[in-house]
Amino acid sequence: MHLILFLVFAGFCLGGAINLLIQSHPINSALSLIVVMVSLAVLYLLLGAEFLAAAQVIVYAGAIMVLFTFVVMLLNAGREARTLGSRAARSIGFPAVVAILVVIATVILHAQGLGVARLSDGITSTEELSTVLFTKLLLPFEVTSVLILIAILGAVALARHDDTDPRANEERTGK
Amino acid sequence: MTILQFFLWSVLKVAVVTVVMLLGIAYTVLLERKLVGRIQNRWGPTRVGPFGLLQPLVDGAKSFLKEDIIPTGVYRPLYLLAPILALGCTLISIGVVPFGAPNIGPGPLDLFEIANVNVGLLVILGVTSIGVYGIALAGWSSNNKYSLLGALRSSAQLVSYELALGLSLVGVVLRAGSLNLRVIVEQQATNGMLSWNLFGGMQFVAFFIYLMAAYAETNRSPFDLPEAESELTGGYHTEYSSMKFAMFFMAEYGNMITVGCVATLLFLGGWTNPFGNSFGTSNNILVHALFPLFWFVLKVFSFLFLYVWVRGTLPRFRYDQLMNYGWCWLMPLAILNIVATSLWLAYR
Repeated sequence: MHLILFLVFAGFCLGGAINLLIQSHPINSALSLIVVMVSLAVLYLLLGAEFLAAAQVIVYAGAIMVLFTFVVMLLNAGREARTLGSRAARSIGFPAVVAILVVIATVILHAQGLGVARLSDGITSTEELSTVLFTKLLLPFEVTSVLILIAILGAVALARHDDTDPRANEERTGK
Repeated sequence: MTILQFFLWSVLKVAVVTVVMLLGIAYTVLLERKLVGRIQNRWGPTRVGPFGLLQPLVDGAKSFLKEDIIPTGVYRPLYLLAPILALGCTLISIGVVPFGAPNIGPGPLDLFEIANVNVGLLVILGVTSIGVYGIALAGWSSNNKYSLLGALRSSAQLVSYELALGLSLVGVVLRAGSLNLRVIVEQQATNGMLSWNLFGGMQFVAFFIYLMAAYAETNRSPFDLPEAESELTGGYHTEYSSMKFAMFFMAEYGNMITVGCVATLLFLGGWTNPFGNSFGTSNNILVHALFPLFWFVLKVFSFLFLYVWVRGTLPRFRYDQLMNYGWCWLMPLAILNIVATSLWLAYR
């Protein structure tokens, strides 16, 4: 049962990701990415991480992708223009990407000492997750918060009106 | 309990809850029309049936029989998907809401809740987040500037108030120690009304924040800018007619009901008796099954009443006032509430 669900939702995930690349209209790509996010949430649920699955839906599919969609709608992005493709990409690019993926896959499959994640009926409770997160993984948690804070500050700084520009002030006061 | 039995009981529960929910939505519309009418010193609908009680039936028939117009320039896949998404999310979120006493039902099956999920509260928040897409995609795909503006305003509003909504519920979760809705309610059952999270649990600030954020999340007055009829000719549902428009309408009122259900579960003690055990207990299984149902419906009804009361009384927010309120007031207040609740619980 778990295996069937895994195959179905992994298929949705991959299908969504490939559709994201194929589509020419950005709104279709955004929606495909939402399908990917929700499928990932189901895969987390199959591994027993219920809190993570819910957080994935709330944060990624429900907030971040809304903002992506918001930007696509606001900027009225149209269909992207198809180019003729480049010979360099076809002759060097694709083989290089395949080679890199093969190397990464080999390294991962031969790695020893990694933990095991199994599709099982076991559920990791939120309490267990928070115990680990706030004791063993406290430093990464705090560092991530600082990272997000820096991102917020950067966004605010970029979007702020420049108060020292005299022309902008002139426009604002109408003189 | 075999899988087939479980499946059949679940289908029965889903069917009953869906029918009751849709009837509830229809009669919430009637409640609003009559109540807003009384606030404005006039009767609401009174002609169809006694006291206008058959009005929703006639409205439904009208919606079905109206001409279904699809404008030419719309982006069809999303235009048709949006109302489905909106109504679907509303009906999904009612699936994790427990509306009656626990441990009543055949075998290990819980009769008064469709799905007892350990992270039930997060499921409701998640489904609410997905419901934003119904509005955003409807506005964008309608090929209409007013719809697009309404959809953009709505997306920004919903995402902003989702934060305050989620943060205000953290206080309740801290006190209950679980995200499971049944556990949260049972923790409030000890002393009747005094142990409700609103009173004994000291979550009145969180309750206030939750109410404000929920009014914004359901696009209801005074936060109903996305549908502001006088400004946006109907906002995101301008280009929708007959049943698709009715689906958006139903989704909005369904969200109201869901918000009322979540508020009663988290702050008002859900299905538990507000008088606690002061009237004695009974051994009758029927009393055990029906009285909690009655209390739950009464509390949700009081929330719907409050919703309509606020709609009939307060004027609409301006957009910048709305965003300012959500980011500069509700969110910091919710964070302060979390800090205060944590300190209170730690030093109690």
